[in-house]
Amino acid sequence: MKWMRKDLLALSDLTAEEILFILDTAEGFKDVGRRRLKKVPSLRGKTLVNLFVEASTRTRTSFELAAVRLSADVVNITAGASSLSKGESLKDTAKNLEALAADLIVLRHSAAGASQFLAERLHAGVINAGDGSHEHPTQGLLDVFTIRERLGRIEGVKVGIVGDIRFSRVARSDIQALIKLGAEVTLIGPPTLVPREFGRLGVRLTDRLDDVLGELDVVNLLRIQHERQKAGYFPGTGEYASLFGLNAARAARLKEGALVMHPGPIHRGVELDGSVADGPRSVILDQVTNGLAVRMAVLYLCGSVPLKEEE
Amino acid sequence: MTDEHAGRRLLDAEGVASAEKRLVDGLRREFRGGEEVFLAGIPTRGVTLANRLARALGDEGVACGLGMVDISMHRDDLGMREGVSVLRGTELPLDLDRWTVVLIDDVQHTGRTARAAIEAVLGFGRPRRILYAVLADRGGHELPVRPDVTGVALEVGDRVRVSVRLMEIDGKEGIFES
Repeated sequence: MKWMRKDLLALSDLTAEEILFILDTAEGFKDVGRRRLKKVPSLRGKTLVNLFVEASTRTRTSFELAAVRLSADVVNITAGASSLSKGESLKDTAKNLEALAADLIVLRHSAAGASQFLAERLHAGVINAGDGSHEHPTQGLLDVFTIRERLGRIEGVKVGIVGDIRFSRVARSDIQALIKLGAEVTLIGPPTLVPREFGRLGVRLTDRLDDVLGELDVVNLLRIQHERQKAGYFPGTGEYASLFGLNAARAARLKEGALVMHPGPIHRGVELDGSVADGPRSVILDQVTNGLAVRMAVLYLCGSVPLKEEE
Repeated sequence: MTDEHAGRRLLDAEGVASAEKRLVDGLRREFRGGEEVFLAGIPTRGVTLANRLARALGDEGVACGLGMVDISMHRDDLGMREGVSVLRGTELPLDLDRWTVVLIDDVQHTGRTARAAIEAVLGFGRPRRILYAVLADRGGHELPVRPDVTGVALEVGDRVRVSVRLMEIDGKEGIFES
């Protein structure tokens, strides 16, 4: 196949073939990180705007480094420092960026659908770097990339996603990628944070981590999204940690070779104990390294598709 | 492969074999004694040719390393082509600085592929030297890049598309106009 999309908005839009195409492309870009010259000229002369209307350090840095390694020029705009804080609409901000001839816009926004809104209105390529509780497609891609790299396959792999599924865009993107590639997904957490509707996607739901822990090949722990929760969805972090936290005792019951993942930032001692995060099963730093390769692949692919002329 | 190259045959299997022979002889003349030689094919058919040349040179007592150079990330026409193709991967020696790298392609046309390949190799290190060998030089150069060794020079019009077909990939052997 050939890659034909200028935007990456949601993994729910992509076919399994497209997802695998990105993963294969990312393998090539992971090699670039091992070269003496860690830079290729693919996006030379193109301008990428990191438009982060919601705070983020690791994702923004990862996209920035990815763009730099592809030789693009990068401009970073964060909400507090832009006219967005003066009430300018997202569309106006974006139109202004386009008037400055931005070729790619990486958008992080608190509203679900924000990246699609831009993509439908702009000629520039739009990459969703997280839109509210909707999707975070590059995180989903780097998670399946890491699983494939470590376990050699995705099909048939048993993945448990633990925690705040309701408010997690990471969970939504992970579920899309994993299901399309044939993994068996179990969502684990307090019923208030694991909406029953997810069952329709073909995943299993449970509120008992200890019952399923021993059968999982991958445990992906999510952070409680306090910033998105307006009501109390669980009694407290202490109780949450005792029921759903991956501590040393639980980690000892994991299968031989099982992987521990976390999208970061980690709340040590809540969803994940420090000893497990730093332990031999943890692939958390692989996720960071692979995130760079995956984002290079996405920027390379979307940035290399010819943009349509003004109609 | 569909038969989109139903056009005129420029060279038959025998012609390809003698072009290959000229490549082998030409490369042997280029190599200085004591040089460590690495043949790097440019996908797709350059890789097949590199395989053949490595075997032929090996038969004559010249041992060569064998790998490939993917030029996708170094193309100068990204954003001008419909769709993006999958990466093929690059295989070069880790200690590149010791080696003489021979870039191998099936057809030399504009020279843009060779330029991208040179840049790709230099991203990995600083080889002792880079040579460039093509089975067929069809003219139409757009950059000051010329092969060091050529199997055959073809005289064709600027707009003609020249396709090399190799048994291992295409199930037939020859050079065609299409």
